[in-house]
Amino acid sequence: MNGLRNYIDKIKPNFEKGGKFGFLHSTFDAFESFLYVPNTVTAKGSHVRDCVDLKRIMIIVVLALVPSLLFGIWNVGYQHNLAIGGDWGFWRMVGYGILQVLPLYLVSYIVGLGIEFISAQIRGHEVNEGYLVSGMIIPLIVPIDVPLWMLALAVAFAVILGKEVFGGTGMNIWNPALLCRAFLFFSYPSKMSGDTVWVAGLGKGEGIVDGFSGATPLSYATGAQTNVADTLNSVGYSLWDMFAGWIPGSVGETSKIAILIGAVILIWAGIASWKVMLSSVAGALFVGFLGNLIGGTPYLELPAYYHLVMGGFAFGTVFMATDPVTSAQTEAGKWIYGFLIGALTVTVRLFNPGYAEGMMLAILLMNTFAPLIDHYVIDFSISRRNKRIKSLNY
Amino acid sequence: MSNYIHLRKGLDIPIEGKAEARISKTIVPDIVAVKPTDFRGVTPKLLVKEGDTVKAGTALFKDKLRPEILFVSPCSGTVEAIVRGEKRKLLEIRVKADKETEYEKFPVLEANASREQIVDHLLKGGMWPVLKQRPYGTIPNINDVPRDIFISAFNSAPLAADLSFVLKDEIDNIQAGIDVLSKLTSGKIHVSLNADEEAATPFRNLKGVVFHTFKGMHPAGNAGVQIHHIAPVRKGETVWTVDMHLLAVLGNFVKTGICKMEKTVAVTGPRALNASYVRMPFGSCVSGLSEMFDKSNGHIRVISGNVLTGEKIAEDGFLGFFDNQITALEEGDKYEMLGWAKVVRPKKFSFSHSYFSWMCPKKRYDMDTNINGGVRAFVVSDVYSKVLPMDLYPVYLIKACLAQDIDKMEKFGIYEVIEEDLALCEYVCPSKIEIQEILSGGINLMLKEMA
Repeated sequence: MNGLRNYIDKIKPNFEKGGKFGFLHSTFDAFESFLYVPNTVTAKGSHVRDCVDLKRIMIIVVLALVPSLLFGIWNVGYQHNLAIGGDWGFWRMVGYGILQVLPLYLVSYIVGLGIEFISAQIRGHEVNEGYLVSGMIIPLIVPIDVPLWMLALAVAFAVILGKEVFGGTGMNIWNPALLCRAFLFFSYPSKMSGDTVWVAGLGKGEGIVDGFSGATPLSYATGAQTNVADTLNSVGYSLWDMFAGWIPGSVGETSKIAILIGAVILIWAGIASWKVMLSSVAGALFVGFLGNLIGGTPYLELPAYYHLVMGGFAFGTVFMATDPVTSAQTEAGKWIYGFLIGALTVTVRLFNPGYAEGMMLAILLMNTFAPLIDHYVIDFSISRRNKRIKSLNY
Repeated sequence: MSNYIHLRKGLDIPIEGKAEARISKTIVPDIVAVKPTDFRGVTPKLLVKEGDTVKAGTALFKDKLRPEILFVSPCSGTVEAIVRGEKRKLLEIRVKADKETEYEKFPVLEANASREQIVDHLLKGGMWPVLKQRPYGTIPNINDVPRDIFISAFNSAPLAADLSFVLKDEIDNIQAGIDVLSKLTSGKIHVSLNADEEAATPFRNLKGVVFHTFKGMHPAGNAGVQIHHIAPVRKGETVWTVDMHLLAVLGNFVKTGICKMEKTVAVTGPRALNASYVRMPFGSCVSGLSEMFDKSNGHIRVISGNVLTGEKIAEDGFLGFFDNQITALEEGDKYEMLGWAKVVRPKKFSFSHSYFSWMCPKKRYDMDTNINGGVRAFVVSDVYSKVLPMDLYPVYLIKACLAQDIDKMEKFGIYEVIEEDLALCEYVCPSKIEIQEILSGGINLMLKEMA
């Protein structure tokens, strides 16, 4: 191990200012600090520092996403097997899933990290770890068959216009992963919606068994003429199926069990706010119950808790609404922000026939309003405190 | 009692090397130094030159803008060197100390002295700089009448000196100090006790003060936090704070008319051998402590003060005016392979639950000065308020300081904090942002703009 350290120390001068590869300083630094916690000591202020850093936080988030990823890989193979009516074993499904998912990851990380490195280089900053998480999330929220060039374009858009123009990780207004998805959704709707995009190979239509539709529970629910729960049951999507996740959908969003494992990791590590998660669930249930009360159409009469297991609600609530940069930052603000995300999501689902899923739009909209929520929360809290101090009269 | 305040936020950093409750030696230093940089906002104007002989209590320099404010020598001897830094900034005035200290004789303050007489007396004896004003933590203006005066009777900083032990024989002096200060304020003198030692502390016997009891982790012992909970500073008001140690010196001066500037200092930290208390004059050279520093394991950093707010000094550097603690720890200038990716790092402490150190709450750590990461933008926004038991928004305040936006700084509470209050925010920051430095910049801007 000392050999590696010695080698790095030997080549390091080449990458410093004035060295042969001085222009690659940020890149070298990124790799070096990936391998070794740097030997920088404190110069000002507190002489000792907590051993947590952004790398640690980001790696925990990545870890929390791993169950969803693993399940997603299997489910891609499983759904394809269903579609072609095959009799694949477990490993064949996994193998097929890996072949389908891996290219998405390659594109996501190569394009995204490439842009991160270049912009860090231009600015002379250190490379920020933020994209490790965004790059992990993006393949999990797109349809499996999305063409790779589209994904590359969307990633580039999200990283450059969603993040770097604002100054990089920590300065962005919108969640980069969702911005990537929104770009795909509005630019190439035919690849992002409809019934045939959610199962690998279904779009091509070759060798698909008769009667296999590939539609997601949400599209059944939107189009249902009779009792939605019964309709879902009749096509084989029971509540348990939707909870466990063996249904068509974006790669990582289907298994609520895997997402819950991730949620536990994030809350335990104190990285994601349980307040946002809880209030988002409360918001969704609230509008769902309102729908139940109003009634009239089959979808409105669907029990509210169904919304929690359908579509990307759970994934968005746990992994994307809670992004500490783009969510509300005050404690009271988090309750409001989360509640509105849940409420808006279900509102879009129930009252807007154009969009089957509202999670993405709800989070992006609330990202936009999060600073405003914080502004009013802080104003309120400061004026309340000032009043209290005035009344103390010491 | 209604004055019991329980603070639930904060953090006691579990660092090794707490000082044992005994005085292991008394240092008679060869050289002492007074450092003008210890005092915020003071532009020093020298009153002595190299080679002058001085007594304990002879003024060495004064403040250029407020020339009544004098800074005196803590012992008698010869001015050996005047050390300047970049742009000829005055850093240290070193005095080679005599074997026997000779004291400048000041008259003893009369019992019925007026406010003007008291102020004049404290100024002449160099005792005025022991007072700190809030907002900003500067030396107060001589004409200002503070709304109240706040004294913290305990120090909650990492490994801090136990004031109840150190000052147990100084209660008379402290009482004399309080009696004098009470004539300078229009309000009350508030003394904050530590709930954990409330029954036993000798400060319980002080007269003419209002007691408050604080329970909680650091920064519960910071005067700023206490003021925030007792009676916050509003715009346009000033309050004073005074360190208990310095109050004892001030009280002694009032009683006897001599500047007996000595203190009992805790020598602490993971690289301190036989961590214990040492008696020494103000501004003593720490080279006299060299046998208490463990240099066997690489080079060390010596800090005048605690690990959160102290100042890095050389191994032959000098104790700061306000400090009553020396901390020695290892320099963390080494690499750790894939440190951030290890499942557990048993030798490192983290406030964050992403490591497992929270499972061993009793463990003490051999901390070093490694920054443990790289500097980034603010990403995690809710960790800071977990260690700040004040009704403030620290990230917003720091961003206002960065933006140099005076209105916002005012709104987010710049009047209520000084660097030490936000030091823990800096400690826990995963983005390794220099929060105290940024806050200093903000305070200096306020001083400049509001002057």
